[in-house]
Parts: sequence; C-alpha cells; structure tokens
Amino acid sequence: MSVTVRTLDELLTPPTAADSPLSTQEYFVNMGPQHPIAHGSLRIILLLDGETIRKVIPVPGYVHRGIEKMCEHMSYRKIITLTDRMDYLSALMNNWAVARTVEKAAGIETNSRIETIRTLMAELQRIQSHALWWGVLGMDLGAFTAFLYSFRDREIIGEIFEETIGARLTMNYIQPGGLMFDILPDFAQKVKKLLAYMRPMINEYDTLLSGNAILQERLRNVGILPAKDAVALGCTGPVVRASGVPYDLRKVEPYGVYDKAEFDVVVGTKGDCWDRYYVRMEEMRQSIRIIEQLIDNIPEGQYMVTKYNARLKLPKGRFYGQLETARGVLGVFIYSDGNGDTPYRMHFRSPNFNNLWAVTQIAPGWRIADYIAIQSSLDLVIPDIDR
Amino acid sequence: MDTEALEKLVMGLEAQCRKREQADRAAVDVPVSALEPLMRKLRNEDPLSFDLLLDHTAIDHIHEGLFEMVYLLYSTRHGHHLMVTCEIPRMDSIAPTLSDLWPIAHWQEREVFDLFGIGYDGHPDLRRLFLEDGWKGYPLRKGYTDPDMLEPA
Repeated sequence: MSVTVRTLDELLTPPTAADSPLSTQEYFVNMGPQHPIAHGSLRIILLLDGETIRKVIPVPGYVHRGIEKMCEHMSYRKIITLTDRMDYLSALMNNWAVARTVEKAAGIETNSRIETIRTLMAELQRIQSHALWWGVLGMDLGAFTAFLYSFRDREIIGEIFEETIGARLTMNYIQPGGLMFDILPDFAQKVKKLLAYMRPMINEYDTLLSGNAILQERLRNVGILPAKDAVALGCTGPVVRASGVPYDLRKVEPYGVYDKAEFDVVVGTKGDCWDRYYVRMEEMRQSIRIIEQLIDNIPEGQYMVTKYNARLKLPKGRFYGQLETARGVLGVFIYSDGNGDTPYRMHFRSPNFNNLWAVTQIAPGWRIADYIAIQSSLDLVIPDIDR
Repeated sequence: MDTEALEKLVMGLEAQCRKREQADRAAVDVPVSALEPLMRKLRNEDPLSFDLLLDHTAIDHIHEGLFEMVYLLYSTRHGHHLMVTCEIPRMDSIAPTLSDLWPIAHWQEREVFDLFGIGYDGHPDLRRLFLEDGWKGYPLRKGYTDPDMLEPA
C-alpha cells in the first residue's frame, strides 16, 4: 500500500485557458479567512465558471487550538472549561456532553433536580442559539433588521444566564456530578416571563422575515440535500432533520428529562435552505413547549451530588457519550488508561465539523450568491470545527 | 438488538473479528486486512445497515507501538451503535480508506492524517486539514515536540 500526500497549492493550479473564444474559463475565488458570512475564521476556496460554482474547497484551521491535546493534560473537571470554547453558542450543552460521559463512565448518579435544571438551561440556550442564527441569516441575506431583533431578544435570555451562572458565553456551569451553582428562587418566574415574551416574538420573526418574498426566493429550492446524502455525509441536527430524517437524540436516545416532556421532532420534506430555515424556527417553538412543561415542577434536591473538588477516576476503557446541541450531535470519546484523573485520549465529534463537509456536495452547480444562503442555512460555528 | 447479539452477528460476518474488551457498547476489533470488507458488510447488509459513520478517530498507544483506529457507527434505521477498532503498527501506519463507503470518512480521515499521520491508501485527496502544508510532525502523537512548547514532552 502506498499513500500520496497532496498540498493545497497543487489543487490551486490555474486552469488552462479557454481553447476557443466562445468557451468559458474556470477560475478560483478565495473567500475568507475573514469574511462576513464565515462568522469566524474559515477560508473557503471556490472554483467558479462565470458565477456558477464548480467546486468548494474548505480550508479550516485558523482557530485550531489543539483542545484535544490540552485535554490530555487536564483533569475531567478542568476539561469542562475548554468545551465552552468550542461551540460557544451551545456552551451549556457542550459542558453537559462531557459531564454526562464522565458520569456514566465513573458511575455517578445525579438526581432529578440536576437533570431538570440541565434540560431547562439547554433548551433556553437552544432558543438563544437559534435566535442568533435567525438574525445572522437575515444579515447575510441583506436584512439587517432581523439581526437587531434577535440580539435584543437574546439579551433577555443572556440576563437569565448571567444571573444564575455569572457568565454570558463561557458558562462552565454543568459539571460532572451536578451544577456549579443552584438556581435562584425567582428563576422560574423570570423564565415564565421570558416565555410569555418570546412566544409572540417568534411569530413576529415570521411576519418580519419568513414571509418576505426576497428571502423566500433565495431559500426555496436552493441547496437541496436529499435525505440519503445527508446521512452519508454525516450531517446531524437541524441539517439532517430538514432533509426528512427524524434523527433527534432528545427523542431517539432520551437523556436529561426529555422523556417527561412532550414535544415534536421537526422535520423538513425536501432538504433545501428553506427547510433548514423552517426547522430551526419551529424548534424554537418546541423548546418553549418543553420549558413550559418542566418549569413548574423543578424537584427539590441538591445541585451537586459529589464534592466539587473530588478527584474523578475513570476505569480503564473506551467511553462514548453524545447529546443534541443546537447544531447537531456532539459526541465525546474518552479513552482512559485507568491512571489518574486525566484522559489518555479525548476526542470530540463536533457537529459543525461534520456539517461543514456537506457544502462540498450541496454547493456545486449553484451560483455564488446562493452559496451565502447555503452556508448560512448550515449554521456553522467555526471554533467548533477547528477545536 | 442488545449488545451481545449485535457483537455475535458482527463476528459471524468476519472470521478474524474479535470482541473488543473495555468498551461501553458493542465493540469489535478487526485486523487491518479485513477492515474494508467488514465495513462494507456492516454498511450494506440488512439486519445491520450502519448508514451513519458518526465518528472516526485514533489512539496512540506509544508503549505498544500501535495506533488504534476507532470507528463509531450508527444505524438510523435500527437505532443501534457499534464501535469498530483496528490496530496498525506505529512505524508503518497505513490503513485503507473508507471514503467510498461513507463520504464523510473522506473528511474525518483527513483530520486523523493531519493530527496522527496515519496514511489512508486510496484516499482521493489526502492533505493537511487544520495545519499548514509542510508542518513537521503530527501533534496528537504522544511523543510530539515542538520548539514553541512551554514544557516539551
């Protein structure tokens, strides 16, 4: 067996000139690493023929911090801090993914108060994350008002987080064995006030942007991803559900207290940009539904079942845990050699890393302006791709 | 399907397949020569039909001189999970590519190549992913050192 390793320069050799004056010539356009639609540092190289995309070459790595290598030198409790810095819009869910995997491996049983608060926080963050995506999608497609609306409403959820957790972005809240802090006595009341505000506000989002003729033209029937391809390309989260695959871990492999709440898994029919848009809009409503059912019955109990500074020793073995973040399945793979409280190898199966690869299959054949809609509808968070 | 039944079914497909101990789910270990044919059967044959390659990564067992490649499979039709591991020597770390079975393997294998230096035979576009072309060494290997490291390994 032999292996040939290529370089980026080899791929970017300029295509040969057109052989007749009537034929066209392909050329490369570089987008990024600093580009407004990347929402971070992601370089995309497009091979174009006129305005039509022939090939997409993603070049990630501009925010690569070596989180997996750092994990090998940190205890399981300290690793939680690093996960905030992957998908920063799903920081609580990232915390939870690690906490859950470690708890399962170490045999720690949490109580129903902890699980309920975790579920509530995760759903609040899902609304916050989808609201940001909605505003940003509007901005990418030229509707700046949506961005202002979504930031105004995110702020209200952010205030609830800030009050409980003390942070707005890098939460470091959900720990193996419980939570960093208990909720405040007026938490339920504040969340209910938020829901009463948010429910009509999502309808207003619809009247503001969803019905807009320009938005519909730019999203409907653009960037179609059939269900079979979506699964083979490893897409998860709203992207695969928009293609019509009802794969939602909250339903398929319930964790937290999702089995106690009633909600629907939202699926699309076609897998175009509009379906991905619609699935996220509807998921915000479902999240509100979940919170409404749980908020009145937060059980009593402790918020931490282990000592906070207790050393967590995992038995020797391979452990994999996963949960549904706002962008898809976040998997945590731990290989513990049984010595000490650091992993021998830790790997994150990040949803954005796998979803990004789908653009190379969706985008060819569409125009460069459609590319903006396609990438925006995938809702990528770049630090989660690079880790 | 429960863990034992699934393992038995998978081991029935490939004679060289062994149960992988110390895993939290159904797990099998397979020699590298039988990796590709086994994976093809796992994906295509009906009671299994693992259509989603959730994750692919590697572990550097530096003291044993081995790389252990880990594949995590999931079937959206039947809802079962399987972990497939495959050990290859550290000195001659070449494995077959699975990118024609699951397109996402193309992308995941590039990450493993970039960080571990495992070469994938038949990979259509094997390049560095996060690091730049011409980077020396593979950072997730246990013995990796870099002049800029504060505490050299």
